[in-house]
Order: sequence, then C-alpha cells, then structure tokens
Amino acid sequence: MTHVLAAGPNADAAAVHIVWWILAIVSGSAAIAMILVRRAVHCAIMLAVVMLCLATMYAMLGAPFLAFVQIIVYTGAVLMLFLFVLMLIGISSSDSIVEKIKGQRQWTGLFAIGLLVLLILGIGHAALGPAVPQGAANGTNNLSEIATLIFTTYVFPFEATGALLITAALGAMVLAHRERTVPRPSQRELAARRLASGQLAPDPSPGVYALHDAADRPALLPDGTTSELSVSTVLSPRDVTESPQFVPAEQRVAITAERVERELAQAGEAET
Amino acid sequence: MSPIYYVTLSVILFVIGGVGVLVRRNAIVIFMCVELMLNACNLAFVAFASMWGNLHGQVIAFFVMVVAAAEVVVGLAILMAIYRARRSASVDDANLLKY
Repeated sequence: MTHVLAAGPNADAAAVHIVWWILAIVSGSAAIAMILVRRAVHCAIMLAVVMLCLATMYAMLGAPFLAFVQIIVYTGAVLMLFLFVLMLIGISSSDSIVEKIKGQRQWTGLFAIGLLVLLILGIGHAALGPAVPQGAANGTNNLSEIATLIFTTYVFPFEATGALLITAALGAMVLAHRERTVPRPSQRELAARRLASGQLAPDPSPGVYALHDAADRPALLPDGTTSELSVSTVLSPRDVTESPQFVPAEQRVAITAERVERELAQAGEAET
Repeated sequence: MSPIYYVTLSVILFVIGGVGVLVRRNAIVIFMCVELMLNACNLAFVAFASMWGNLHGQVIAFFVMVVAAAEVVVGLAILMAIYRARRSASVDDANLLKY
C-alpha cells in the first residue's frame, strides 16, 4: 500500500485498483456504521476511519498536501474538537428513538434512494475522460504549485478565509462566554460559608485501609468508622464502589504486624 | 484509474451523510454527518482535479476544509450554548420557537 501512495498517480494500475476497493469498502461501511451506532463517541471513531480513508485516497490521486491537511486538520483538530464537546456534554448521551415526525425514516429512505439514483445517473451520463497524464502540476512540487495558485489566482478568497476564521473565533468566544449572574464570592464569604457548613478541613482522602489503597475504598476515621465523604461521588453511579467494610482495629494491627514480620523475614533471607 | 470510481464513492458517502442528518437526533452526530458530506464533496473535487490535471480542484478542496473548520467551531459553540440552556443535545428539545 505504501508504494501505491508514494507513487501517487503514477502507481501500478492493478495495485491502485486493489487499494481503492479496500478503501472504498472500509470507508463506505464505516459511514453506514456511523449513522447506525447509538453512541456519539462511536460515531466519532467511525468518522475518523472515513476521514483517514479519504486522506489515503487523496494521496493516491496525487494530492499529498491535501492528504496531510486532511489528517492533521480534520482527523487531528476538528474531530478532537468534536470529542471535547462530547466530553463536556456527556459521554453517554445517545439518541432518543422517539419519532417526532410521522414516517420520517421511510421518507428519508425514499429521499436517499432518489438522490443516489439521480446523482449516479447524472455522473453516468457525463462524459468523464480518463485521468490526463499528470504533468508537473501533480508531481513532486504539488505543494509549491498549490501555494502559487493560492497566492495568485485565489488570493482574494484566501484573504476572505482569514476574515472568516477571525469571525469564527470571535463568534465562538462570544457564544461560549457566560455572564455572571451573581457576583464572585470573596475570600471572606467563602471562609464564612465553610465555617457554617461545619466541615473546616478538606475531605479525607480515600484508601487508607491496611489491605487496600484503591480510590473506591473509604477513609478510616480516628474512631474506627469509615467516611463516605472520602469516596468520589462519580464512582457510585458507575457502580464500581465496593460496600465499605469495617475492619476492627485489633484485626488491622494483626494484619500489619503479619506483613512487617513477613517483610523482615524476606529481608533476612536476602541478606543470608 | 478513472475518476468516475472516486466520484461514485463520493456520491455514496454524500448520500449516507444526508441520511444521517435526517435520521439522527443528537445534534453532535448530525454535525458529524455534515462533516461527512463535506468530506465527500472534497473527494469529488480532488478526483476532478486529477481528471483535468490541474490543481484548481485541490485548492477549492483546501478552502472547503478551512470553511468546514470555521463552521465546526461556531456550530459547536452554539451547541454548547443550547446545552447550557436546555441540558440536552437532542435537536427535539430545542423547541422554543415552535408555536
């Protein structure tokens, strides 16, 4: 596959055919899976597969610059942006399956078949010649040729793109900005609030049992009881907490003494 | 390899993306389907550029990518704003303008 990509449009025709069919099947099935899977994260993964396949196709078509832009900008930046927003909105958000409009799916299927037939017929009727023999335009200096085009013929659209990007950045900042409805609490107010709550110190840290130091184990208070405060609240809805068991103090002492003894014995063995 | 293969694949991907936009309810997934449609268009542009042996199609595809990036930024910011107000990313829940 790599030599097909490296050769670009001048690659061996049979090899190009094989690679094209592999990429077409992979990207087509990934696209279909994208509209079928329930979870938005799985959708994003499927979209990444499609984008990487398309990047490979760009390389086969003699557009190495676009292939790398596709990987870096689309798969790297845009898809990561999607994932960021997914994390903010809630990773487990999935579709509702209630149909608000009657027969929407059936009409969509009809529309899809119609559009597909229309477009395929249109393309089939168009007299597309074979790919012209690639000149200097699609060869090794693809990048400098594109740069020349962008900065001569397309210089005005290019400037407009700059304006568009600035506007988009400003718009995103304005939309993401949140006005404060209440004034920010001062340090004195925070201190008063903490005093009023009755808990001065921070929450105890979890996992100080003699046998376990996992984050789902609650901390042991000086009086021997466990503290539910010490276990993170996100663990309980995910059903990973084990019910906190109370280990009596003498048993803990015995466990610790046993471990110390064992370690001492191991150290003695190592010395002799 | 004839560019007709690439254009056909691009048509198929475009239609799949369109179906996704119409069928899915999660606004983020709808956005991803729009991205799929844009990608399909780019593939057609690059295929035609290779057919004509010049680079204009590739430059247009490059511009499409830039516009798509800007569109994603603003779109996701709008989505965040809607999510903040309605606590949902479903397009069915943004119904304040419904009579």
